Amino acid sequence: MKVASKRKTSGAKADAAGKKTPTAWEKVALARDAKRPHVRDFIAAMCDGFEELHGDRLAADDPAMVAGFGRIGQHRVLVIGHNKGANVEENVASNFGMANPDGYRKAMRLAKLAERFGCQVVTFVDTPGAYPGREAEERGQAEAIAKSLEFFAGLETPVTVVITGEGGSGGALAIAVGDNVLMMENAVYSVISPEGCAGILWRDGSKAPEAAEALKITAHDLEKLGAIDGIIPEPAGGAQKNPAAACRAVKKAVLASLDALAKTPREELVKRRYAKLRAYGNFF
Amino acid sequence: MGWYEQKKDRAPVPPEKAIWAVCPKCKSHFGKKAWKDAGGICPKCNYHSRISARERIAITADEGTFEEICAGVGYSDHLKFHDASGAYKDKVEAAKAKTGEGESVTVGRCKIGGHAAMLGVMDFAFMGGSLGTGTGERIARACEEAVAKRLPLVIFSASGGARMHEGILSLMQMAKTSAAIAALKKAGLPFISVLTDPTTGGVSASYAMLGDINISEPRALVGFAGRRVIESTIRQKLPDDFQSAEYTEKHGFIDRIVERGEMKAFIARMLDFWGF
Repeated sequence: MKVASKRKTSGAKADAAGKKTPTAWEKVALARDAKRPHVRDFIAAMCDGFEELHGDRLAADDPAMVAGFGRIGQHRVLVIGHNKGANVEENVASNFGMANPDGYRKAMRLAKLAERFGCQVVTFVDTPGAYPGREAEERGQAEAIAKSLEFFAGLETPVTVVITGEGGSGGALAIAVGDNVLMMENAVYSVISPEGCAGILWRDGSKAPEAAEALKITAHDLEKLGAIDGIIPEPAGGAQKNPAAACRAVKKAVLASLDALAKTPREELVKRRYAKLRAYGNFF
Repeated sequence: MGWYEQKKDRAPVPPEKAIWAVCPKCKSHFGKKAWKDAGGICPKCNYHSRISARERIAITADEGTFEEICAGVGYSDHLKFHDASGAYKDKVEAAKAKTGEGESVTVGRCKIGGHAAMLGVMDFAFMGGSLGTGTGERIARACEEAVAKRLPLVIFSASGGARMHEGILSLMQMAKTSAAIAALKKAGLPFISVLTDPTTGGVSASYAMLGDINISEPRALVGFAGRRVIESTIRQKLPDDFQSAEYTEKHGFIDRIVERGEMKAFIARMLDFWGF
């Protein structure tokens, strides 16, 4: 495999900053580290006057998805994010950040309000995936994700996406369609978990490190594939070593994105977003 | 124990030598001729078995009207993906040889009961109908061609989900195809989605569930997550009909279950009613 040569090129920048580039599998562990900042930490560090709002107006309020309005710098924004906890109790309460259909429908409902009132949208993506449960299926998990993709593609207000930890498949993508998709340096983003991929293609879950490498799920690999627009550097050793500094770096990147997108004419926005989505994997 | 070991060692009967056809859904046995005469539709449980893209086109498009577009759009091995059983490139080339198709979906212009339409048909035999970059590109081009020519769009889905061998860009096809469907609807054109057995994962969670109407065939598997994944997550046994088309219709996500023999006429009636 050509992993070694790729590592050299992607590692060069990191080496200049005096850091050693972790392997894809090591990044999976970093991305899942419970001490990493999660959506509520980012909100606390970045937002002034955050007002959380609940419910999808159809069936339920999903604790795995946080949403509410607040200010970041001078911008009025709607923040949406998967709600991963820092410990077992928090995670049981928030279903480990695995959203039900209600979560995606809450996100869409509030994003519609953001559009109406001229607020930008910022999403924080951090989930193992959409919840695989009986009620989730019965309430239309597939339809909720599909609708969300269609909805955000056409939303007439700017959307900044930050993949902060685990970008787990369709459950992540459902709130990761936007104008500027940023990714923290040690986050991962993948079509399937390395364990799931290893179980299917290697028929052995313990081959997850190989699968992680083969799937190309690190920020540097995804930037090269054109799947993301920018990488947010993390403190030495990872965001969990210095969550406050990590939040500052994310705030800086998000503010720059909000400033830039505020200047984009509204009529241009959806056209540009379509062109961007349309170009994904266009090798033909 | 001689009788026991002998039985264990016996090689499975190859399909061409089997006397019986077995319904994959209800496991009932039929004579091969009876199964063939029934057109792959189980005489006992009414399961509509999987058919190839070309068989589907033959029973959907008016004879001689199907004109394939972008047949040259195929897979991309941008990750040079290898797993324990070999290279993705070899597997996808084998799928091409086996099915005679260039990708898991075939798209083109046709007439359905006299109504001009864009038709997309997925083939589960092509790598489990997985959504790769070529698949997504074909679907997006079908949408754009439909908009350009003012044609309604009909897609028959059959897929296990995104094609992991193409990594993140296969996931991105979910966003790309959904955006293309949104543009088609914005142009005032209808999209009829037919979810055939099976339609799950990244395909059900993108264009397949975005039909202005979503139709299914009897007993088709329609869902997001796999049954085993759900059972191991919730540690409960799921009902037998879980994620069947009937179950999904009952929960409000399928408009109608239509028998294979009635499908073409039903689609034509809807297009006619909407003025296309």
